[in-house]
Amino acid sequence: MARDYFYGYRRDNGRVGVRNHVLILPVDDISNACCEGVERLVFGTMALPHSYGRLQYGEDLDLHFRTLIGCGSNPNVAAVVVIGIEPGWTEKIVEGIAKTGKPVAGFHIEGRGELATIASASKTAQDFVKWSTEQQRVKAGIDELWVATKCGESDTTSGLGSCPTVGNLFDKFDAKGSTLCFGETTEITGGEHLCASRAATPDVAAKFMKVFQDYQDEVTRFKVDDLLDSQPSKGNKAGGLSTIEEKAFGNLEKIGRNCRYIDVLGPAETPEKGPGLYYMDTSSAAAECLTVQAAGGFVVHLFPTGQGNVVGNPIMPVVKLTANPLTARTMPEHIDLDVSDLLKRRMNIDQAGEALIDMTLRTCDGRYTCSETLRHREFSMTKLYRSA
Amino acid sequence: MPRAIVLDPGDTVATLIDPARTGEAATLAGARSGTVTLSADVPFGHKIALADIPAGADILKYGQVIGRATAAIPAGAHVHVHNVEALRARGDVSGRAA
Repeated sequence: MARDYFYGYRRDNGRVGVRNHVLILPVDDISNACCEGVERLVFGTMALPHSYGRLQYGEDLDLHFRTLIGCGSNPNVAAVVVIGIEPGWTEKIVEGIAKTGKPVAGFHIEGRGELATIASASKTAQDFVKWSTEQQRVKAGIDELWVATKCGESDTTSGLGSCPTVGNLFDKFDAKGSTLCFGETTEITGGEHLCASRAATPDVAAKFMKVFQDYQDEVTRFKVDDLLDSQPSKGNKAGGLSTIEEKAFGNLEKIGRNCRYIDVLGPAETPEKGPGLYYMDTSSAAAECLTVQAAGGFVVHLFPTGQGNVVGNPIMPVVKLTANPLTARTMPEHIDLDVSDLLKRRMNIDQAGEALIDMTLRTCDGRYTCSETLRHREFSMTKLYRSA
Repeated sequence: MPRAIVLDPGDTVATLIDPARTGEAATLAGARSGTVTLSADVPFGHKIALADIPAGADILKYGQVIGRATAAIPAGAHVHVHNVEALRARGDVSGRAA
């Protein structure tokens, strides 16, 4: 490996981030406008508007809180202003984020109106930006780097080239003590035996199979044919993927040959078993998957694509790679790393993995990815069931 | 000559890494060598049959079952959704392949 360190922001809780965001975080959909008001007033802030947060309950509400608290706690975030319609849930999220030791303040709109809330929240946001912009990057080993992956708009080049490239990096980073994450429960279908065989222990394999079977039962419950045409998607089929099984085996190339996952996380859960590879139960929809991985604490994302998925994430830089030469040629503003030479046999998998390590560490050091320069900030909550 | 990659010695399909036209011979690389003559125009990235595949037979790629032939597929033919069906995630036929 060319190098095994990067320059990031060390936070009070010991974690190291690769970005230095000041977030304006809405608790609920009706506080989006207020957060966007603060963002417009104070340079260096980023609002994260989303669609939910009212009348949720049970496991679905738990996931909502976990996602917001997790994203605010992510080490790529320097400080957070939380704004909700009422004080109760607002304070709950503030308290959750405050456990990291980072600056966080909550504001609620009821009883004073949006304009007064924007004024007071903006004063705090301005202080946070002034403070955060004085933070300096420090050298950190890749044992302190948390990396997530998911593929999108896959085609047959994904399984042949871009996914194994991520797998090569995962094997190398796993050996160095990084914390790694993959998921996409629906896309494992047909390859679940292979995925289960990559669990570190029989207990972890059983935990994976339970999560997997819950999804299978969902498909059966709705009596759909081939997941209503969405697995494989239209783009997948155009690119030559014929079945969900074929897609699954290509997808699983992302976890390399050697690394084994040491635990199975629920969506937006933070790993607690130390360094290693984790399976997270996520949707296969790109924006939703990346959002719960960011909430889990992952700071950089590796995204192989075949036909050209353009997704980004507001918290994690998304490094996009493709082995499809047509996609690399026609959509260059979305592709951070072109590994199509793998298919032409002008590059071997180890060389492709090294090129991805180089691009990933340069991104961690501060280089913007394609999706960052294009302002791709898809922040999409996973919703488990309808609100009350 | 167009090229096609075979991922596992037991596979019944290869993936084209060049577009190919009817009558062209695709050179195999990866887990197999030799050539296969195409009986259809096949786009970049799509699959071709390495030998005759009977209707109802498993389709093998990565050394794994990726689906089943819904019709007899001759060697060199395009293998895709028109002649392959998924066995999994099929709520419409639940229980059939569980």
